[in-house]
Amino acid sequence: MPMDESVRKAVLGAVPSLRAFAISLCGNVDRADDLVQETLLRALANIDSFQPGTNMSAWLFTILRNHFRSEYRKRRREVEDGEGHYAETLKSQPDQIGQVEFREFREALAQLPSDQREALVLVGASGFSYEEAAHICDCAVGTIKSRVNRARTRLAELMGIESAEEFGPDQTTRAVLASGE
Amino acid sequence: MNDRKPMGQQKPMEPAATNRSKKGGGNAKPAKLSRDVQARLGQQLRAMYDDVVSQGVPDRFNDLLNRINGGKKDGQ
Repeated sequence: MPMDESVRKAVLGAVPSLRAFAISLCGNVDRADDLVQETLLRALANIDSFQPGTNMSAWLFTILRNHFRSEYRKRRREVEDGEGHYAETLKSQPDQIGQVEFREFREALAQLPSDQREALVLVGASGFSYEEAAHICDCAVGTIKSRVNRARTRLAELMGIESAEEFGPDQTTRAVLASGE
Repeated sequence: MNDRKPMGQQKPMEPAATNRSKKGGGNAKPAKLSRDVQARLGQQLRAMYDDVVSQGVPDRFNDLLNRINGGKKDGQ
C-alpha cells in the first residue's frame, strides 16, 4: 500500500534534522545515516500508531532516540573515528566561529553524557520545547531542564570557559553579542 | 644570562593564574553561566546542527521512501 503523500512529505521533511540529531548521538555520519534509515523503516512499519495532527517530527525523533538507546549505544565508540570523519561532512565552517574553537566545541559535546547531550541538542538546536523534549526522552520536564543546564555548564568547563572573553580572539563576534540582542 | 630555562616537562608557573583565580575549576560548583557564554555555546551548537540540516535529504533516503512507496507490502 502506497503511503499517503502527506506522510511521505512529512517524513522526508524531517530527515535533515533527524540526521543532525543522529550525528550528535553517534558522532559518526555513516552510523547516523544507518540509524536514520532504520528509524524510517520502523516508523513506516508502524505508521498506524502515528496520530495525524500530532507532531511527525517529534514522533520520528522519539523512535530514533529509542532505537539508538536500545541498539546503538552499546556499540558506541567501537568504531570511533569521531573528528576526522565528522569534519568531512561539514561543508562550511561557520564564518563567525573560529575553526579551533569549533573543533573544541564538537569534542566537548562528544564528551558529554548522552542524556545531557541529547537534551541540549533537542532544546538548543532542534527547536523542541522543553515539554516536547521531555516527551521524546520519556522523562519529566524538570529533568530535561536540569540536563540542559548541566550540559551547558559541563561544556563550558570542558572548553575552559568562564566568560565570553575566553572564547578566543574573535572580537567581532563578542562585540556583536555584547551589543546586540 | 637570562635565567629562564626552556620549559620542558617542567610545569610552567602560569603567572596569569593569579588574576583569574577561578579558572581551571575542577570543583563541581554549579556556577551559573553568563548569558553571553550561553549564547556563544548555543551559537556553536546550532552552527554544527544547521550545517547538517543544510545538506538536505541525501538520495539514499529519497530512494528508500520511493522503494517503500513503490508497492512493497508492509511487514518487511
